[in-house]
Formats: sequence, C-alpha cells, structure tokens
Amino acid sequence: MDPVALRVSLTLAVATIALLLPLGIWAGHALANGTFRGKAFVEALVAVPLILPPTVVGFYLLVTFSARSPLGAAFEALAGQTLAFSFAGLLVASVIINIPFVVQPIQRAFESVPREVTEAAACCGLTPLQRFARIEIPLAWPGILTAAMLAFAHTLGEFGVVLMVGGNIPGETRTLSIAIYDRMQAFDDRAAGIMAATLLVMAVATLSVTTWLGPSVGRRRD
Amino acid sequence: MTDRALAVTLRQTRPIPLDVSFTCEPGQVLAIFGPSGSGKTTILRSIAGLYAPHEALVRVGPSRWLDTVAHVSVPVHRRAIGFVFQDYALFPHLSALGNVTAALGHIPHAERRTRAEALLTLVHLSGQFDRRPAALSGGERQRVALARALARDPAVLLLDEPFAAVDRGVRRHLQDEIDQIRRSLDIPLVLVTHDFDDVVRLATHLLLLDSGRTVAAGAIEALTSRPDLTWLREAAGLGSLFEATVAHVHGSRGLAAVAFDGGTLLVPSGSLAEGMRVRVRIPAREIILARERPTGLSLHNVLSGDVSAIHGEAGADHVIVQIAVGNVRLLAEVTRDAVAQVGIATGMPFYALVKSVSIQVRTTQ
Repeated sequence: MDPVALRVSLTLAVATIALLLPLGIWAGHALANGTFRGKAFVEALVAVPLILPPTVVGFYLLVTFSARSPLGAAFEALAGQTLAFSFAGLLVASVIINIPFVVQPIQRAFESVPREVTEAAACCGLTPLQRFARIEIPLAWPGILTAAMLAFAHTLGEFGVVLMVGGNIPGETRTLSIAIYDRMQAFDDRAAGIMAATLLVMAVATLSVTTWLGPSVGRRRD
Repeated sequence: MTDRALAVTLRQTRPIPLDVSFTCEPGQVLAIFGPSGSGKTTILRSIAGLYAPHEALVRVGPSRWLDTVAHVSVPVHRRAIGFVFQDYALFPHLSALGNVTAALGHIPHAERRTRAEALLTLVHLSGQFDRRPAALSGGERQRVALARALARDPAVLLLDEPFAAVDRGVRRHLQDEIDQIRRSLDIPLVLVTHDFDDVVRLATHLLLLDSGRTVAAGAIEALTSRPDLTWLREAAGLGSLFEATVAHVHGSRGLAAVAFDGGTLLVPSGSLAEGMRVRVRIPAREIILARERPTGLSLHNVLSGDVSAIHGEAGADHVIVQIAVGNVRLLAEVTRDAVAQVGIATGMPFYALVKSVSIQVRTTQ
C-alpha cells in the first residue's frame, strides 16, 4: 500500500470537485435554461472527453502545458515550474476530463425542475437569484450530488491521462491507480492487490451513494 | 374605471393568435371561457409577465406592467400578482407552510409564519402545515396554491383552470371558498376555464374566447340572456343566468321558492336555506312556451312575460326566443316549426314553462 499515492488521489479528487462543481452548476444551469445559439455545439463539446481516448486528451494537454505554449509559459512565469508533470497540471487535466461527468447530470437535474415551478416562484415575488438559491438548487440537489460522486470516483480511477500529463512522481503526480501499475511492473502483486481492493471498495461505495440518491430526484417532485 | 382596475390589450398574429381587450374592476370575476387552445392561458401568462405578446398593454390602476409601445415591461417578480397554476406548481421540497411563506418576502421576517398560518387556516388547511405537496390530496394542493397566491397581497388574482384536476365534490367546495375569498378581497380576479359550471358558479363577467379572439364580452347576466350567441350555444348551451334570493323553503315538499327580479321560481330545496343568495340558470332547451296558462300539468313554474327578441339563423332548424319576465330575460330554444305553428312574434305575451328539476341553482353566500 502506498499511503502517499492514496493521499495524492484523494487530494486530486476533492480539489477537482471543488473547482468543477461551481463551474458545473453554472454551466448546467445555463445549458438547461438557455436557448442561445450554438447550444448544441457546446453540449457536444462538453461530452467530448467521454469518447476521446485518454492518450489523445493527454497528448493535447501536454502540448498546451509545454513551455512553448502561451498557457504553459504564463504558468511557468507565475509559478516558477512547468504545468506538465506537476500536481497543478494534473488538476487542470482532471478538471477537463471530468467536465461531462459533472455538467451532464447537473444539466439534467435543472432540466427536470418543472418550468411552472420556477414560474410560480417568480409570481411569488422571488428574484432570479432567490429562485435559483431557494427553488432550483434544492430541487436539483440530488443531481448535483450525483455529479460530485461521479467526478470523485472517476478521478480516483483515471489512469491514461494522469500517466501522460503527470508521469509518475511520488508525492506529486503518482496517484493510486498509477501506483498499482507501478507495483505490477515490479511484480509486487500483494501491494497492487491491496491498492486495487481499496479503489474497488471506494468505487462501489461512491456509486452506491449515487444510486441511492438517484430515485429521490423523482420522489421529491412527485 | 376605478384606480385599481386591470386593463388588458393584447394583439399578435403569430405564433399564438391573440386579439383581446378587456378591463376587470376590483370585486369582479372575469371568466375567460373557451375551448382548449383558444389562448386563454396565454392571456393569463401575459398579465403575469410569463409571456410577452408582440403588442400589449397591461395596466393595473396607475401602474403599467407591460406597454410594448413605450417599451415598458415589469419583470414577473415585481408584479403584484397571485397566480394559481392549472397543476398548482407547488414547491415540492417545501411544506405547505414553506410554500406560502415563500411568497411573503414583502413583509418582515418575524411576521411571516403567523401570516402564512393565517392564510392556510383561511383555506381550511390548519392541520396540514408541515406536509409536503406529495403528501396532500388534489384538493389540498389546490388550497395551498390558493393560499400562496393570496400571500403576496396581490393587486390581481389569476386562476388558470383551478378546478380541472379535482373531482366534482371537491370542486364545489373549492368554488365556494374562492367565491367567499374574492368577496373579501376587492381586487380584480381573472378566471380561465373551459368548464361552464365554473362560469355559472363564480363569474360576474364573461369573455368568450375563440382562437385568441373575443367572441363576446360583458356582464354575465346581459351576456347569457343574449339570443344571438350561436358560439356559446354550441360550446356550453344557452341559458339565462340571474341572481335570486331564497324566499321560503317548503321542507315537506322538498322545494324552495326563490325570488328574482320578475317573479318566483320553485326549485329543489337541496341544501338551500331561507335568505340565501343564489344564482339561477335556466337552460334554454328546458323552457316550453305557451300562449295560454296551462292547467293540469305536473309543473311548478309558469312565468308570464313578453317576447322581447327572436333570433333564428338561416338554415338552422332552431330559433332562440327571448322573453322578458320582469327585469330578467329568459331564453327559450324552440324549433323553427314550433315558431311557425304557434305564431311567436316579438311583443306577444307568452308563458314560459320550466320544470323545477331543470333549474340550476348555485349558492353564492
């Protein structure tokens, strides 16, 4: 068992959710209620990380992170280190590949809030912000929680992009799933087995919470 | 027009055709009656600000809510409206009390709970404060929706098919309650319905709507006694509606005498009590006309009057005869053949014969 790798994995998962959830709520709400031009294109773009091979995503991220790209250069000037093969770079990659896992459930959750209910809230004198905070968020809450759970589980399990972008630096970018691969290469089956079991338990636990919350979306709006 | 009246003008050709203009004074109940898809709900939504027609003017007293010429459009949450949605649109995650409290943002925090409880008590839901909508019956949800609509101290109350989702028995109760409440409110009330029973029961004024256009509009008594409203005949059947008072209840006979501005009618007593104000509707098809007072009939109601108008459409096999009985004008639907045989003409004295059981009586407190 590699406790440092577990810590990196958990930190990455929590930081991903912390960054992505506000963004996901904003984007999901905008996509659910908006009728702007190019909406279908944005929706497709959101789903792209789902179908691209992790190596492709990793390749483009590495190119973007390199010191020759504007983003990579800016980051290096500010932080004094490259974005590639750093925890920060890993976090950016994690946020990007988790966009569909967060935005889509949240969008569906906001879409399932009946339109008359928000209209009724407006007729009750609630401002757009009050409607959002007091009616839409509470009603979409199970979907938001589902999104967080999916992003958490997905981040723990991500391998390809992490290996491409982060490499395998202990304490920095070596996550649990990388550590398993690392141990297997060293014929340390016991350590790999313990870590694999840890990830399995966490994945099952996370998805159980998600499925348990799932039906309550419908139940709450009976 | 008083300084708190609702004045509405809406015009557009697409996507939903609309061409209406009406006013509604405080204390009046304007029923917008028409078939599904005639644009009734769109009118309510335009008043509330949930829909913006191309050309519109919506005013309540001195305040302009919508004026497309002057580019004025007050957002929904700043219009003092009470809106009861067709399927209630309650907040599913809040209790009955929470639903009502949500609409009390305009009063101090400390007073909201007391006010919400008072409103729920007003609609007879005092025992259900903490229930969520899912745990309430259809009628109870409707009452919560009504309490929530009243919570804002609205300048206009809008009801969209408020009884469509409840069964007949509950419907009567709810109609009674709304009728009671609106008497104490003194604000304009606009009711959208496709069920003429709601009109008979609640409306003081009526607007007939077909494909977004006004077929006819006016005070309910004047409109329901018009013989020429073929559209209404087809939609709901013709029949004069007028106010009356229960003068006497003959308990042993199961009959009640109701006095109206033209005579007295005997009707099934039901739950009537002496002194009650009632609304009476006599369907035009239930009236028989006779030139002489008949005898030996099992009939309680023989009203004498004069033929005041006759309306027959070319090609139709029926004729609508209007008879003035005192100050009330009744409508009788008879065949063209009967008109020819009996020789009905304007100005002639006639007797209108009505069976007691054919008369529709609705209490109005």
